[in-house]
Amino acid sequence: MIREIEIFVIGGGPAGLSAALAAASTGAHVLLCERDEEPGGQLVKQTHKFFGSEKQYAGERGIFIAKKLAEEAYQQENIEILTEATVLGIYEDGIVTVLKDGKHLKFHPRKIIVSTGAAEKFLAFPNNDLPGIYGAGAVQTLMNVSGIKPAERVVMVGAGNIGLIVSYQLLQAGVEVACVVEAAPRIGGYLVHASKLARAGVPIKTGWTVKEAYGNGKLEGVILVQLDENWAPIPGTEVDVPCDTLCLAVGLTPLSDLLFQADCHMEYVRELSGSVPVTDENLMTSVEGIYACGDVSGIEEASSAMVEGRLAGFAAAASLGYDVERASREVASARAELDELRSGPMGARIRAGLEKVNEKRGEATC
Amino acid sequence: MRIEQHPILQFDRGEKVTFLFNGQPVEGYTSETIAAALHAAGIRELSHSPNLDRPRGLFCAIGNCSSCVMTVDGEPNVRICITKVRPGMIVQEQHGKGVVTP
Repeated sequence: MIREIEIFVIGGGPAGLSAALAAASTGAHVLLCERDEEPGGQLVKQTHKFFGSEKQYAGERGIFIAKKLAEEAYQQENIEILTEATVLGIYEDGIVTVLKDGKHLKFHPRKIIVSTGAAEKFLAFPNNDLPGIYGAGAVQTLMNVSGIKPAERVVMVGAGNIGLIVSYQLLQAGVEVACVVEAAPRIGGYLVHASKLARAGVPIKTGWTVKEAYGNGKLEGVILVQLDENWAPIPGTEVDVPCDTLCLAVGLTPLSDLLFQADCHMEYVRELSGSVPVTDENLMTSVEGIYACGDVSGIEEASSAMVEGRLAGFAAAASLGYDVERASREVASARAELDELRSGPMGARIRAGLEKVNEKRGEATC
Repeated sequence: MRIEQHPILQFDRGEKVTFLFNGQPVEGYTSETIAAALHAAGIRELSHSPNLDRPRGLFCAIGNCSSCVMTVDGEPNVRICITKVRPGMIVQEQHGKGVVTP
């Protein structure tokens, strides 16, 4: 049996929930598919307070934002939420297949919004597969979702916001943070997060990287090495740091497999941290009726993911004829909000990346 | 080890239960994943690389990477980072790619 759906949202993180709520507010019917037990995405482990403006829940902790968005979505009569359901494919005839409770379900949506988020990047060095080497997000899940003390002594790789924030959260959980290592010559994340660590006495070593990890069956320590101005290791600067855990906070990359599979025009854009869909001003991909929003269309922050979700949700609903006048106004205001969020020096990278994407619009892919 | 006191969070762990890991009883809670319960018991070596049999631990903890797969109640390649603890479940370390028995 194939079920007809108006708007099918794939992924219940900040972007997907915002898209579903926006679309449903116009009267459109939405099916939201989430592979986890509950919607919320990676907000469920974010204990820090968000920046941005009030419209993006500034000053609130991510866990609270997740709860609020999910509650709103559950209350909406015209949003149906399928949890523990993994989307497997989007086919040429528009059929979306889903794995749920061991069953293979088929849907035929009129519009699809892909908000599948991102995955953590890895780093190449000898013995990087030893137990005890985690993505920073994994350690965050262990301590903030499961309440497990994930380590005794941690070395954090990456002084972007995730590395800085997770290091501070490790201290809150009673874990020793030996140091934060950053290959770039300066700290990438916000100063406010870095200052908290500095006050707690955690050294942030810029211009350093991991040479190798060691341990017998599990991580026992890492060898760090200093880098010169060309990012080449300086011989003789190696230091041995004993630790039971190494956290990699070296960035995220879009989880864009479904978009590739749906044959959307994709481009590798370094500034957006991976392969992203080429979208129009409504966040619609090159495939008619498939939209992309949030980290899957370029790595940014949860605040912009929520606004992108809103934009895609309203645009998809308007294209089905729902509340067109208001939806169009909302689309315009979401665009303005995004411009504001991406203004200033912290948004320079994103602006450069999006410009590259825009240049590719309408180009043939092969 | 489980976090008992946290400046921001409170943890609703559910009901305390016992399951078997490699034949040995391990305590867990019904709101925890198998990976979390094993970590609480100090077990961090989870899977093994299929060809060289190198030990592997948890990497992503959200079902993306398959670095934690084990055999659970006879089913191989179960991602224990997204599978909840159930009383009496049989969890076993897996070597090789696992065999699916219909």
